[in-house]
Amino acid sequence: MNARCPDVDALRQKARQLRRDLLEMITEAGSGHPGGSLSAVEILVSLYFCKMRHRPEEPTWPMRDRFIMSKGHASPVLYATLADCGYFPREELKTFRKLGSRLQGHVHAGVPGVELSTGSMEQGFSVANGIALGARLRGVDFRVYCLLGDGEIQEGQVWEAAMMAAHHKLDNVCAVLDANGVQENGPVSAIKGLEPLDEKWSSFGWHVIEVDGHSFEEILAALDEAETVKGRPTFVIAHTVKGRGVSFMEGQAGWHGKAPSREELKRALSDLGFQT
Amino acid sequence: MWEMKPTRDAFGEALVELGRANRKVVVVSADLEDSTRAEYFKKQFPERFFNVGIAEQDMLGTCVGLSLDGLIPFACSFAVFLTDRTYGVLRISICYNNRNVKLVGTHAGLTVGEDGATAQSLEDLAVMRVLPNMTVVCPVDAVETKKTTRRIAEVCGPVYMRLGRAPYPILTKESDAFELGRANVMREGKDLTIIACGLMVSESLKAADALSQEGIQARVVNMHTVKPLDEREVVRSAAETGGIVTAEEHQVNGGLGGAVSEVLVRNCPVPQEMVAVRDAFGESGDPEGLLRKYHLKDTDIVAAARAVLKRKKS
Repeated sequence: MNARCPDVDALRQKARQLRRDLLEMITEAGSGHPGGSLSAVEILVSLYFCKMRHRPEEPTWPMRDRFIMSKGHASPVLYATLADCGYFPREELKTFRKLGSRLQGHVHAGVPGVELSTGSMEQGFSVANGIALGARLRGVDFRVYCLLGDGEIQEGQVWEAAMMAAHHKLDNVCAVLDANGVQENGPVSAIKGLEPLDEKWSSFGWHVIEVDGHSFEEILAALDEAETVKGRPTFVIAHTVKGRGVSFMEGQAGWHGKAPSREELKRALSDLGFQT
Repeated sequence: MWEMKPTRDAFGEALVELGRANRKVVVVSADLEDSTRAEYFKKQFPERFFNVGIAEQDMLGTCVGLSLDGLIPFACSFAVFLTDRTYGVLRISICYNNRNVKLVGTHAGLTVGEDGATAQSLEDLAVMRVLPNMTVVCPVDAVETKKTTRRIAEVCGPVYMRLGRAPYPILTKESDAFELGRANVMREGKDLTIIACGLMVSESLKAADALSQEGIQARVVNMHTVKPLDEREVVRSAAETGGIVTAEEHQVNGGLGGAVSEVLVRNCPVPQEMVAVRDAFGESGDPEGLLRKYHLKDTDIVAAARAVLKRKKS
């Protein structure tokens, strides 16, 4: 376990609370993407509350580790995480997707702590590599993390970027795949299968680690291992469950991009163990 | 006659000067640096040059990443690949994020020649012009290309610079004023105004010479910056000369002619004729033959000028 981390129980509590926050945001907004937000909660908690060097009071601190959310539609989980870190007031989460808000529907660089506006699949990955290339050129030592969705890697630019990072030996890059197995219209395997994922990424020159994407122990161990790998970027395949934590959303493509009703929110919070 | 030089050669030279003056300048190529002349920079500053392979989307995304920590990346490719294989990246990663990325597309227009339609970028001005935050420049000659290269490294935000393959006539001097968004009047006239960019400015000057033989005084404006367009000059010329011809090595829809007409219709509607490719793809051939076949020659501009004058009278 990483030395800077609180105990796993505390992380689990944080994850539970962020699931509540993001579901409330989406319900309040009346639209948004709960499935792929819920699947990525443990990944973001691991990064923002354990692994990454960052200063919420100084969002542009030059030595900060960088995080690029390539799957930009999963904005609720990132906004909820950043607010919890103290990048902006939690109250502001209520403005998500509303006219005049900084919290645009897809991840938006106008929000403190966000490096890049994303939302058109596949684009963030190349940018993450570019940041890493620039850091190496300038002799600056920080790490670049990039979160991708598994449906997202059906896009071609992802593979251009995969080749680029490996060719340039960008070992300061760690990409994490939120492999929740479900895209908007059904299972990824039924629409355009990705397997064998590990072999694909290995053969593209990446150091590949597979983890249970809801296990803090496994995620953190993988992120630690990635830091020790030299001469190759690391690709963490995090096996997750879409809609994780909410019984009626788990594994359901229908909850990719749909807001719960007030009644459904109550049931979801009850699933998470909150009194409603 | 005019001295000739390809604008891409001037770009390569200016890029080296820029690299020497500013260590933040980096160059990213999608494997065409020999043709775009970005290789001049590569030879001088190999550590600041990256070839990402034949992957234009990744080239632009990489540039965005480089720009995020203050570097000034120049992305270099053929105009056709730089703009038609990358639209989503241009729109979101570059323009929506308003990143300081310089996009240099060489081999634009019909005069790329023998490679034919697939390589002849005739839509890039329209595609780039419609994107918010984007500046679009099409320098008239090698001298202006050097000035543009230096200037766009100083301004913050995305810029597209359109260059050619073939040698262009040198029409300007180092001492001539150059400002992004400010048109240069190349020749005064009172009867009509020819507004052109890039290679077509020299055709316009030839046309103005021919027209003067008939006693027609045509003003010629070098509209090097297509966006933001120098609206003041467009309106002034329309008001003072009463008719406009636009000339560009581009599709008739959405390019310089479209940009000028958008200004005219709102401010000072006067007769306008457009010399441009008429909603068609090009083909293989020699540059001069192509310009003739697709009606982009001085004689075509003269014909358009006569049509404008006729409409002015009626």
